[in-house]
Amino acid sequence: MKHALSRRELEDRLDDMLFTVLSARRTAASLAGGLAELGRAQQDLALHWVHVAAQNTGELGFQVASMMPQALAAFDRAGVERWVLDALDVYDREGLHAASASLRDFGAFRRRVEGERAGVSLSEMARTLELFLRGLSGRSLGVEPADLAWTDTDTVYLPERIGARPDRESNRRLYVATAAFLWGQARYGTFNADLDAAADAASSDRERALAWIAVLEAMRIEGWFARQYPGLAGKLRELRAPWPEALVPVADSLAIEGASIDDTVGLLRAVARDAPPALPPWAGVLRVSRARRAREERMEREKKDLSKQIDALRESLKGEGLQPDDLQLEASYDTMEVSASLDGDSVEVSELVEQLVQSMMQDHGRVPDDLMAPSVDGTYAADAGASPPQEGGRAPEEHKEGGILYPEWDHRRGDYRKEWCALFESDVPPGDAGYVDRVKEKYRGPIAQLKRRFEALRGEDRLLRREPDGDGIDFDAVVEAWAEAKTGREPSDRLFTRRRRTERNIAAMFMVDMSGSTKGWINECEREALVMLCEALETLGDRYAIYGFSGWTRKRCEIYRVKTFDETLSPAVRARIAGVAPKDYTRMGVAVRHLTKLLNKVDARTRVLFTLSDGKPDDFHDGYRGAYGIEDTRKALIEARLSGVHPFCITIDREARDYLPRLYGPASWTIVDDVTQLPMKSAEIYRRLTA
Amino acid sequence: MFEAAYASRVPVLLKGPTGCGKTRFVEHMAWRLKRPLVTVACHDDLTAADLVGRYLVVDGETVWVDGPLARAVRAGAICYLDEIVEARKDTTVVIHPLADTRRVLPMEKLGEFLVAPPEFMLVLSYNPGYQSVLKELKASTRQRFVAMEFGYPASALEEKIVAAESGVASDVAAKLVRFGGMTRNLKGNGLDEGASTRLLVHAGHLIARGVAPRAACSGAITQALSDDPEMIAAVNELAAAVF
Repeated sequence: MKHALSRRELEDRLDDMLFTVLSARRTAASLAGGLAELGRAQQDLALHWVHVAAQNTGELGFQVASMMPQALAAFDRAGVERWVLDALDVYDREGLHAASASLRDFGAFRRRVEGERAGVSLSEMARTLELFLRGLSGRSLGVEPADLAWTDTDTVYLPERIGARPDRESNRRLYVATAAFLWGQARYGTFNADLDAAADAASSDRERALAWIAVLEAMRIEGWFARQYPGLAGKLRELRAPWPEALVPVADSLAIEGASIDDTVGLLRAVARDAPPALPPWAGVLRVSRARRAREERMEREKKDLSKQIDALRESLKGEGLQPDDLQLEASYDTMEVSASLDGDSVEVSELVEQLVQSMMQDHGRVPDDLMAPSVDGTYAADAGASPPQEGGRAPEEHKEGGILYPEWDHRRGDYRKEWCALFESDVPPGDAGYVDRVKEKYRGPIAQLKRRFEALRGEDRLLRREPDGDGIDFDAVVEAWAEAKTGREPSDRLFTRRRRTERNIAAMFMVDMSGSTKGWINECEREALVMLCEALETLGDRYAIYGFSGWTRKRCEIYRVKTFDETLSPAVRARIAGVAPKDYTRMGVAVRHLTKLLNKVDARTRVLFTLSDGKPDDFHDGYRGAYGIEDTRKALIEARLSGVHPFCITIDREARDYLPRLYGPASWTIVDDVTQLPMKSAEIYRRLTA
Repeated sequence: MFEAAYASRVPVLLKGPTGCGKTRFVEHMAWRLKRPLVTVACHDDLTAADLVGRYLVVDGETVWVDGPLARAVRAGAICYLDEIVEARKDTTVVIHPLADTRRVLPMEKLGEFLVAPPEFMLVLSYNPGYQSVLKELKASTRQRFVAMEFGYPASALEEKIVAAESGVASDVAAKLVRFGGMTRNLKGNGLDEGASTRLLVHAGHLIARGVAPRAACSGAITQALSDDPEMIAAVNELAAAVF
């Protein structure tokens, strides 16, 4: 067993880690004092986490060190780890001040950990809930985290955690019940009346009247559920306290068939004199104005969409020689079945029309009449909502909003930084249209050669011999079997030949480095390599896509589309190949994650992710350079491999550097040391890889 | 329509999602027309020889054995090729001469042209729901057929079917159909297909034999639709919403 570190030794080590924040008043000696009494195992644990925290900022490291003795006394090993990692998460999100507060508040941390054991987080439930809601309605309702549960009828907002109930299962049920109830508000038209006006009319105290509306709606929607979704109604009932005796008749009167928001409003004045009872835990809050806005925008949009669809339907009916003015669209509020008819004969409608009608039924309770009137000229202005074309030339500091968020691996923490990188996809600005043809001219000989070799790879009919079953007889096998039978041995029954087409079923994703360091020759060769690869892959008929990647800090990781899987090698794609140009830095992990995701959406037996880059992953300013970037990229490649993608990395590097095996270890990889060889080699590598 | 096609000796193509009753329909029509029915479930390794026939080695002799298609032609039966797109592309070509005015089955290896009697009929089924490029029917094949499109029945009718087929009470059938409709809402959002009428009938059978409804839905429908745990949880919640 190793002996415990002395005060002096501890002081030296802490000094090394924290020298940036130590001063005459904050000395390593005072920190070491707290740790000197501990056993070696605890000391090592403490030093490890101080080190991890200090790599983010020295200040955080200092705080972890100073609180560590208390933390070690309060938590076990895993608890200490969580305590530090949680604080680092807070640091990522909210900065140093909040992170120190998180470290200091042991009580809150303990409560959180205990709550978590029984609690359920939205991130575990979100997809299930989204699917559940879509199944219920057919109209897609987003699920988003918020402080309180509420809905604007487009999105259901739910708290990030539910831990109110004693065990996980009932917390899960509460999530489902809450989501279902909020969906019910949209489905059964809670916001189809002007609730503010109704509240004002019923009582001088608007807040109280609104609270009553929430209660009455809970009763009414539970009533609808009882008829249509008895299982849900049971869940709601089980999770709420019984209604107060006096309100039972009110609840019954709202539970009758066909009860609408108007019935709720009608009852409001009578009940609003008293204070409202407590809301059921699944009822959330009403945000009337937000919901009204979302509903109005949606109605506007869908009306436009539906009338466009109806016009198209009319046109096609006209094409069949029918007079479509009397087209009728109907839907049942109860079952949401949509039917269309013309002069008594039923007419097929598209799924889109069905969805639009169903959605309108929920908002209006019927299909608005004016929609069915033929529009004047049958033409529509272009969508007002279409987004304006993107402007180029942003300042690098500018942080765009939105983007797809990806986690990033922090090897020092041994954990992911959640939602750390914001990724944006855009088209490569088209370059010189004649470029591709010039390259093809330049490499005419090699391309012809390449094509011949690749043609040989294409799926050909192959005659399989000695099959147990097949179209023809394998005479060699028959003769042999005959001879064997004659000599008394058991003849084989594999006597047939069979033709079999070996189909290539490969999807390839090419990920091209567009960082600033590729400027000059490397970029030139990358583009030529792309031209060659396109030629080769077109010959093979493999599906492929090409994307470039670059970025400037974690808030602006860029993916540039050159060719998607669905596009052909069109002139536009050729122009984009020519437009591949050096941009900013190389934040590689997030690009691997994103493109792996895209690749996995393609239905293919084999999926290959081909990366083409020069040297190390690198980014501006936030520490991606060096080990961090290498480890993150490595992790992303491992994730890709686990998801069933075959990553293959080509790196252009004059000196074979020692970090390469670590970086590309999880993938197959190769170094191209002479960049001018890249165009020839990459096609050849692809051939070998997929042969 | 099917009868008219039969009378005019035109082959028929049945389109529709899985489990909506295509096979049942053919069986019914075969019964109505009083013809034997030969059903071939196509798979991705189904060769032309599997349909037409081949030489087999029996006791040292090669013996010709008719495939199901040849037998159907000889017997003047209705030959039903189920899920034709699953078969290999070259296989579908052997049915071409049968499917146009020639109505012959060339049996190259036997050197015989089998002429179809007037009673013979060819029926294919095909599920356009698989949106894979590999599984599309070639135009040269599909344009030889009269196509009949099948969908899931309207809910009132589907309730009757589920009740009659499985023996559950009509209120249970109505709930099953409602649940089925909810799963069909998820088509394209993680499910390739919603629950078919067939699956609803399966669940109905289980319920009629005393299995608790939620368990029956989970076993007969949810697990049949997906392997994705989150999807399974969501679909089970949907079942729990109805029952």
